[in-house]
Amino acid sequence: MTDIKQKQKSGAPVPDLAAPVSARRRRIPAILVIVAGAALVLALTYMLPPFRNYQLATVGAYLCVTAGLTVLTGLNGQLSLGHGALMATGAYTLALAQNKWLNLPFSFLLAIVVTTAVGAVIGLAAARLRGPYLAGLTLAVAIVVPSVTSTFDETFNSDQGLSVVLDPPPGTIPMERWQAWLCWAGALVTVLALVLLVRGRFGRDMRAVRDDETAAKLAGINVARTQVLAFVVSAACAGLAGALFAFLAQSVSPGAFPLTLSLFLVMAIVIGGLGSLFGALWGALLLVILPTLSQSLAEEAGSHRLEGNLALVVFGVVLVVVMLAAPGGLASIRFTRLFRRNR
Amino acid sequence: MNEFIYLTFDGLSRGAVYAAFALALVLIWRAARIVNFAQGAMAVAAVYVAYSVTNATGSYWLGFVAAIVTGLVLGVTVERVVMRFVDHSSPLNGVVVALGLVLVIQGVLGIFYGNEFLPVAAPFSRDAFELGGVAVLSRYDLFVFVAVGAVVAALTLLFTRTPVGLRMRAAAFAPDVSRLLGVSVGGMLTLGWALAAAVGSLAGMLVVPTELGLHPTAMDVVFISAFTAAVVGGLDSPIGAVVGGLIVGLLLSYVSGYVEPTVAPMAVLLLLVVVLLGKPGGLFSSSKARVA
Repeated sequence: MTDIKQKQKSGAPVPDLAAPVSARRRRIPAILVIVAGAALVLALTYMLPPFRNYQLATVGAYLCVTAGLTVLTGLNGQLSLGHGALMATGAYTLALAQNKWLNLPFSFLLAIVVTTAVGAVIGLAAARLRGPYLAGLTLAVAIVVPSVTSTFDETFNSDQGLSVVLDPPPGTIPMERWQAWLCWAGALVTVLALVLLVRGRFGRDMRAVRDDETAAKLAGINVARTQVLAFVVSAACAGLAGALFAFLAQSVSPGAFPLTLSLFLVMAIVIGGLGSLFGALWGALLLVILPTLSQSLAEEAGSHRLEGNLALVVFGVVLVVVMLAAPGGLASIRFTRLFRRNR
Repeated sequence: MNEFIYLTFDGLSRGAVYAAFALALVLIWRAARIVNFAQGAMAVAAVYVAYSVTNATGSYWLGFVAAIVTGLVLGVTVERVVMRFVDHSSPLNGVVVALGLVLVIQGVLGIFYGNEFLPVAAPFSRDAFELGGVAVLSRYDLFVFVAVGAVVAALTLLFTRTPVGLRMRAAAFAPDVSRLLGVSVGGMLTLGWALAAAVGSLAGMLVVPTELGLHPTAMDVVFISAFTAAVVGGLDSPIGAVVGGLIVGLLLSYVSGYVEPTVAPMAVLLLLVVVLLGKPGGLFSSSKARVA
């Protein structure tokens, strides 16, 4: 009922997340899109100059986390403001593992495993919370990062952070191209895994839980387990993204994972259309393009204070306007449990 | 023992500020069923205005008044221009819009004032009096207690003893019936936001001199502490907000004093987790809405 109304109001068709699995599968053969994407990225890395390659790599790293977050928030209805902290977990794990063993594949694996474990702990708590309570808890997680790094400064070296030791890229590949390849390999694998997951039984369970927990329970879905699993999957993606960021910057510090990062991620998935993996790609692109644009604008204006801050304002305004003008993404989420009585 | 007494008073003083801030959150929650995640940023904006006014005129009190007025104006603006048009079918929408406001406000403040910490002087001495050899309270702590006490008393009087307060409660509790009886429900909502933002600004004015200084993100940790305070007391309960604020203040003070100041945010997170999982309705909640 409400769905129909919203479709009419917003004009644009709401992404049909609840379509039957068979109908969705016919629409896009996922593996073809992934292969095409890989070919496109490969071609781009040979055409672009080094700095653009670095930016391309950053888009890939962002795509890992926005894809995971859009599945959690868009398909399972859990809003997390703590994904910046999860990325920090992955980044620090990679840095510590790299500096100790200098084995890149193992370090990435470890980063994902550790972040998944942390995500499981948060997810266990999150599965019992709804709406603003969950947002507040995950916000607290995001804010605690600098506190953790300064309390255990022997391990994390407080505000200075750690540098990441890396082997030189194999052969004669330039560093930036190597970074772009690795980041996009991670991103495409993540997206493929998420697509397969979302189109299967698990995706259906997640959407059922999002739409109506009671009905999902009656249909034999284990609501709590589905929610924890969704959080764990999304945390693993964030861990990989964080590790990729550490690999890109060759250093980690709490300043790289501020609260605004978590808010940017939310903005990215909201603008792209919640629950849509293509939307996650648009979001990841925006996360790289908008700051670059506002940076060059600030340099043109010659104002030191505009740097960074202009991007904040643009992101904020876009977020508010999208939410007010086209709430189609978020509006499809219904929390019947907590807010049955509307004002 | 001396340290314990000192930390206790210090904690109560911090707690009073968190209580005021939590009260602001509870006011909006009761009126609109929204947790205002932009409260911290709005308060910082008000303190920046106070900073400018104080620098221009040399008077702390003019700045103080300017902060409260800014709070009122911001509250009205945010409610009338933005929050009124949010689709409330999902509670996430209000949260996400508030987060967008946080980005906007922090960005604008950064553009106008820069991202350095600006020093803010306290209006009274922060040196503690000694009572029998034990450092207990500073003049500033007393000022905090008086200010927060006055706000709590004024709000209590407003809500329990005046027709406007009755209308506000009615509009929040049964909007449709209130509208039939001639209450301007939208107006009451706007008034609630204005009051809450003003109280938040007051809390900002009180807390900033005790922290590192003024910065666009200065209230992030304070917001989490106040949110925790509000959850400890139950988001629906004003008394709970005050008690919760004092509990959080004491906890932070003891942890900072006996362990290390950097551990304090982790202690808040832990308290939040324990309360949310153990007693999610809060210690004083009268609401039966949330069953988890």
